[in-house]
Amino acid sequence: MDAVDRAIILATQEGLPLVAQPYHAVAERVGITPGEVMERLGAMLKSGIIRRIGAVPNHYALGYRANGMTVWDVPDDRVDELGERVGKLDFVSHCYHRPRHLPDWPYNFFAMVHGHDRAEVERKALQIATLLGDADRSHEILYSTRILKKSGLRIFG
Amino acid sequence: MELDALDRAIINQMQGGFPLCANPYAEVAQQLGTSENELLARIRRLLGDKVLTRFGPMYHAERLGGGLSLAAMKIPAADFERVAGIVNAMPEVAHNYARDHALNMWFVLATETPQGQQDALDRIARETGYPVYDMPKIREYFVELKLCA
Repeated sequence: MDAVDRAIILATQEGLPLVAQPYHAVAERVGITPGEVMERLGAMLKSGIIRRIGAVPNHYALGYRANGMTVWDVPDDRVDELGERVGKLDFVSHCYHRPRHLPDWPYNFFAMVHGHDRAEVERKALQIATLLGDADRSHEILYSTRILKKSGLRIFG
Repeated sequence: MELDALDRAIINQMQGGFPLCANPYAEVAQQLGTSENELLARIRRLLGDKVLTRFGPMYHAERLGGGLSLAAMKIPAADFERVAGIVNAMPEVAHNYARDHALNMWFVLATETPQGQQDALDRIARETGYPVYDMPKIREYFVELKLCA
């Protein structure tokens, strides 16, 4: 990543311009050609610096009012294999292996589940439990009760 | 706001894979059977009404050299608002949620460098007087985007 990539990131981290030729608009701000903007964005997509180019929906506005962080105590030597499988479930939006904090926090696997209500989240958590089988030593669902802050990530600038 | 069939198709179609070409909105509009102007107007409205929170490239913080972590705290109810005020005031805190658990405050810390994480965690512990449970990801599993409108 060089100074030009950084300039492109700065020009797009708030969003892509809503004009017919958005990459031309970015090119003008950065001072390079539109072709180079597209080429560099493509390279950053390929290397994983950009996860994707697209829209982020607001869960609540789409009717997904229950946001359950399901947390699981899974044997460490099985978490990678099982994590890949849970990540493929169509209702899991993120899932991670994270450290435990014993004795307060025994859970090492997190899967975020969105549902229209808590009953739906619970049905989905049951599907995860079924997939995990005896690797599910214990689990809980933590619902969000209030958004205290949501400002989005700002990487530069 | 009420969403019609075209709004839903736009939301479903545009969660990833936006084309890298001179006239990308025209290309997506054609796939959706609408016009470029209509698509742009709809995206503006969906963003304005906060049905979409963002549209554009989603950058991967750690691959840009930054630090990112999830952290939790156990705060007594009587002290919750004071601590939330301190945590929310830190620019490194990107999201903060109250959750119904003994660990009742969960936030995401984004810092310009990985080293910045520990400084931010130490500062939160010092200023609030409560321990912070740091839970940086050890591994992220493949997840597809699939929120259906």
